[in-house]
Amino acid sequence: MPIPEAAGMTRRERYEQKQRLKSLLIAAASTVCVIMALVILVPMTPGWEKVQKSFFDGTVLAKTFPKLLDAFTVNVMIFTWSAPAIAILGLLIALARDAKSPALFPLRIFGAAFTDVFRGVPVILTVYLIGFGIPGLGLPRPWNSPFIWGSLALVLTYSAYVAEIFRAGIDSVHPSQRSAALSLGLSERQVMRDVILPQAVRNVVPSQMNMLIALQKDVSLLSFIGPVEIFRQAGVFKSLFANFTPYVGAAIIFLIVTIPATRYADYLMARQMRERR
Amino acid sequence: MHKIELHGVVKRFGQNTVCDGIDLTVEKDQMVCLIGASGAGKSTLLRCINLLEPIEDGEIYLDGEDISIPGLNPQRVRAKIGMVFQNFNLFPHMTAFENTMLAPKRVQGLSKSQLKSEIEELFERFELADRMHNYPDQLSGGQQQRVAIVRALAMKPEVMLFDEITSALDPQLVGDVLDVLLKLKSQGMTMVLATHEMQFARQAADKVCFLKDGKIIEEGSSEEIFGTPKRPETKAFLARALK
Repeated sequence: MPIPEAAGMTRRERYEQKQRLKSLLIAAASTVCVIMALVILVPMTPGWEKVQKSFFDGTVLAKTFPKLLDAFTVNVMIFTWSAPAIAILGLLIALARDAKSPALFPLRIFGAAFTDVFRGVPVILTVYLIGFGIPGLGLPRPWNSPFIWGSLALVLTYSAYVAEIFRAGIDSVHPSQRSAALSLGLSERQVMRDVILPQAVRNVVPSQMNMLIALQKDVSLLSFIGPVEIFRQAGVFKSLFANFTPYVGAAIIFLIVTIPATRYADYLMARQMRERR
Repeated sequence: MHKIELHGVVKRFGQNTVCDGIDLTVEKDQMVCLIGASGAGKSTLLRCINLLEPIEDGEIYLDGEDISIPGLNPQRVRAKIGMVFQNFNLFPHMTAFENTMLAPKRVQGLSKSQLKSEIEELFERFELADRMHNYPDQLSGGQQQRVAIVRALAMKPEVMLFDEITSALDPQLVGDVLDVLLKLKSQGMTMVLATHEMQFARQAADKVCFLKDGKIIEEGSSEEIFGTPKRPETKAFLARALK
């Protein structure tokens, strides 16, 4: 393929342009090969027709997709009230674990026990135990709602992880920042609030973004204790149409939300790496 | 009465004795330079005076008051003693102005409107007025260090401690920062410097202390130390440092 000879290009620039073109062609060719292989080979498998019918049925998808979207608003709702609660509780736990005053020793112990317990138990178990256990106390409406206790289970579990990330963020601020702030006459509390925490929080934004994405997906676990969110709605449609396509539809809806969020988190992470350099 | 007085100050990090019985007096408006090889204990001594490091033994007096009593609230003392560090240690999430305003606002409880003109004046005095609303990473090393000095001065300290404040700067920026010190000296400020800038110490110091292995082994006026050093260790150090 002829390369347009731009006037004034250095030897190095010409070489690099050639290299770029070459790698672009290789990448394109290899991608085409892989896709061709999939398109040709997969339909040759003996069960393909059955799978296609039960997972990728266009009419079922068209019928169920709007209802799935409706159900997804339940996920969004649970996510919307859980996320701020997790941020606040996580930060409080992180601060409790770093408390220095002896009077706050019980708080430290509590913080440590909290993170150990809720990081150590599978989310689904916590959802079951709290989601079924507490309403079992025979509380009056609306306090027996699985929305409340299911959300609480998510908040507790995720706060434990988020707290650990905040702690790592606090540790990532260089001790010289503390020295400088103390030397100006600030109290330990003021140093934490005005100097350490703002930097710590900023350092962990990308990691916390990943927690948000994980939470968005784990909201579906509440389906096991009652709320009809997208996963459960898809299950209902599966039984109704005797077809798995609604699950694929649900997966598509999740991806529409999580892919941009993941890309954004990666972008933040990459930017932070650049700033550190 | 001495402005600062140290008696037999001992500081250990584990088994390592960094300050080994240091006696030192600093008079009001005096500039005292601590010189010596890296690891001699200069920086640690400054951190002890500012109560950033608790001392194992000895006493430290500020205006005749023992500030080294274990359990004493260090905040009140630190508000009177400003400190500037080798690596500037500006708060990266605040502008130069916000860096400077933080401590007076929090410690003295003053409002932004009360502080604004005063801080602006400080920035003007140190030729930083056009940099006031920049973040630290938008400033050169020399500018950052001058902001750090302004930040410490905003607390109206009676004593300033400088911990090798030009060691992290490009050579052409050192002069600007040292000029600030001369300006401060001419306006009357008690200062203690840990420094490797021998020419500066020779010209500006009222008193020079040579430290080795955590001890002040020779002290005197800058003429005495740089002109007629008595101890062989001092001579050897200066011969190398002034080469």
